[in-house]
Amino acid sequence: MMKRFLTLLAALAALSLPIAAQAAPLRIEITEGVIEPLPFAAPDFVAEGGTARQLADDLAQVVADDLAGTGLFRQIPDSAFISQVSSFSSPVQFADWKAINAQALITGAVDLQAGGRLVVKFRLYDVFAGQELGQGLQFAGTRDGWRRMAHKVADAVYSRITGEGGYFDSRVVYVSETGPKNDRKKRLAIMDYDGANVQYLTDSSSIVLAPRFSPTGDRILYTSYESGFPRIYLLDVASVRRRVLEDQQGTMSFAPRFAPDGQTVVYSVTRGGNTDIFRMNVGTGQTRRLTSAPSIETAPSFSPDGSKIVFESDRSGTQQLYIMDANGGEPRRISFGKGRYGTPVWSPRGDFIAFTKQSKGRFHIGVMRTDGSEERLLTASFLDEGPTWSPNGRVIMFTRETQGAGGQASLYSVDITGRNLKRVKTEGGASDPSWSPLQN
Amino acid sequence: MKFVARAIFLTSIVALAACTDAGRFGDDVYLNGGGAGAPGSADDPASPLYFQQTVGDRVFFAIDQSTLSGEAQLTLEGQAEWLLTNADYTAVIEGHADEQGTREYNLALGARRANAVQEYLVSRGVPASRLKVVSYGKERPIEICSAEACYAKNRRAVTIISADLSS
Repeated sequence: MMKRFLTLLAALAALSLPIAAQAAPLRIEITEGVIEPLPFAAPDFVAEGGTARQLADDLAQVVADDLAGTGLFRQIPDSAFISQVSSFSSPVQFADWKAINAQALITGAVDLQAGGRLVVKFRLYDVFAGQELGQGLQFAGTRDGWRRMAHKVADAVYSRITGEGGYFDSRVVYVSETGPKNDRKKRLAIMDYDGANVQYLTDSSSIVLAPRFSPTGDRILYTSYESGFPRIYLLDVASVRRRVLEDQQGTMSFAPRFAPDGQTVVYSVTRGGNTDIFRMNVGTGQTRRLTSAPSIETAPSFSPDGSKIVFESDRSGTQQLYIMDANGGEPRRISFGKGRYGTPVWSPRGDFIAFTKQSKGRFHIGVMRTDGSEERLLTASFLDEGPTWSPNGRVIMFTRETQGAGGQASLYSVDITGRNLKRVKTEGGASDPSWSPLQN
Repeated sequence: MKFVARAIFLTSIVALAACTDAGRFGDDVYLNGGGAGAPGSADDPASPLYFQQTVGDRVFFAIDQSTLSGEAQLTLEGQAEWLLTNADYTAVIEGHADEQGTREYNLALGARRANAVQEYLVSRGVPASRLKVVSYGKERPIEICSAEACYAKNRRAVTIISADLSS
């Protein structure tokens, strides 16, 4: 049975969660080897009650786009279908789906009820085993939240087949950019991970940089020149209210990031030309200095257990990556390759650190183990920088800027295997993405 | 020195002509510029415009460096002299980097450059209380090509003269 299903080989074999070892009939093993996306069919969802046909079609399409967008799945076009699914409860004609080599079949039903309540049901079938994979699930919400419900369906399908957590029901905060390079306007924007539902959080009257989500996705840290000097702000996503966190005269503060506790923030402060790392309790405002070297210490990022901080420093003469305890102390250097390393970000799984590398005039996004071993460069271009992890630690989003006078920044994503590099859809230019956790 | 000051002046004019919102630096100064010899004009040695165009408002740095070159020090001697003569003015020193670098690092690098200028001016007697520093990292390039000719002009620290004593 397993042989019929795709086995994806990648460097992740050893990292697979225990769940991957449990032999499920329909399974993508994310291990090393040849990529052959798993063909699936996602017929238009059944429109129940008075639901508009269009909504049911759109829901199925978002599910299909999520799955196909991973590069691990391939959607079989509706035109190839032999069977139609006209009722959510009637038996599946497995032979018809086998005949078109649909290894997975996703069926669903949408019911838009009085008062705007939307109920979405789905089932996942292992066609060649002739049985359902997992239980049917139902999500309820408002009509406006239809895309989120589609993402939840896709997350469940992805999880059941790969054995890993999903990442589709998530958001990305980023810097929206317009205008030429020498007169660029920047403002904060938030969108669904796939580029839908864009909302602007600030205007473009001052430079804003590098927004970062809180561990629960409800707040955003960012740097703004609102006061004329770079300062860190904390913004509440729901109310779009913001307050300045650090406002010491004669200093600049930037590069903030939350600790996993959602209360502690780690960031850089520059005073007298020297940049060091501090931490602050955002509730009490109490700060603590973590580094005191004459070199540049910046871009700190917590380990997911909150015990350590990875950061960049040029104390050796060039930018390199170091790890220290969450309360400071003697750092240990982890990057030793040729070139400069910056913007380290700890994976939510704790297993890898993503970074930006500059070498021979090119920029790369890469990953390495937390001890610096197994360095792997995933991308190469004129300017790639600022990685952020998907909630499941499988995908990295980053900024890519094109060369020359007409240079523009956009968001890209790539698997940590280096596959499936693609541009993320945004209106206009975009930079400095930060991926939220999965929404509740 | 003369040559450097003139080259910058020409660049500024081109920038002014090219963008609708005028130059980013000192556009008020351009708009208010009067006739030759008039107070506040480029010929008035006490004017910010004179500081910008004749004294020279900026110094340049080597790749990934914040060390002041001999040429930069000459420019800063002139800046210090002007600031000591025109004691009513304060200044903000802006540090900048070229696009070859990550955002955070470039912010820190721009701060080093601005600080190097501040320290030099203070060493020449300009009170530190009249000088503020800010880094823009790679956020505010003057030149937009992706070549060393442009990068060299973007790796700069610019002294912006302000009459606002309360700031």
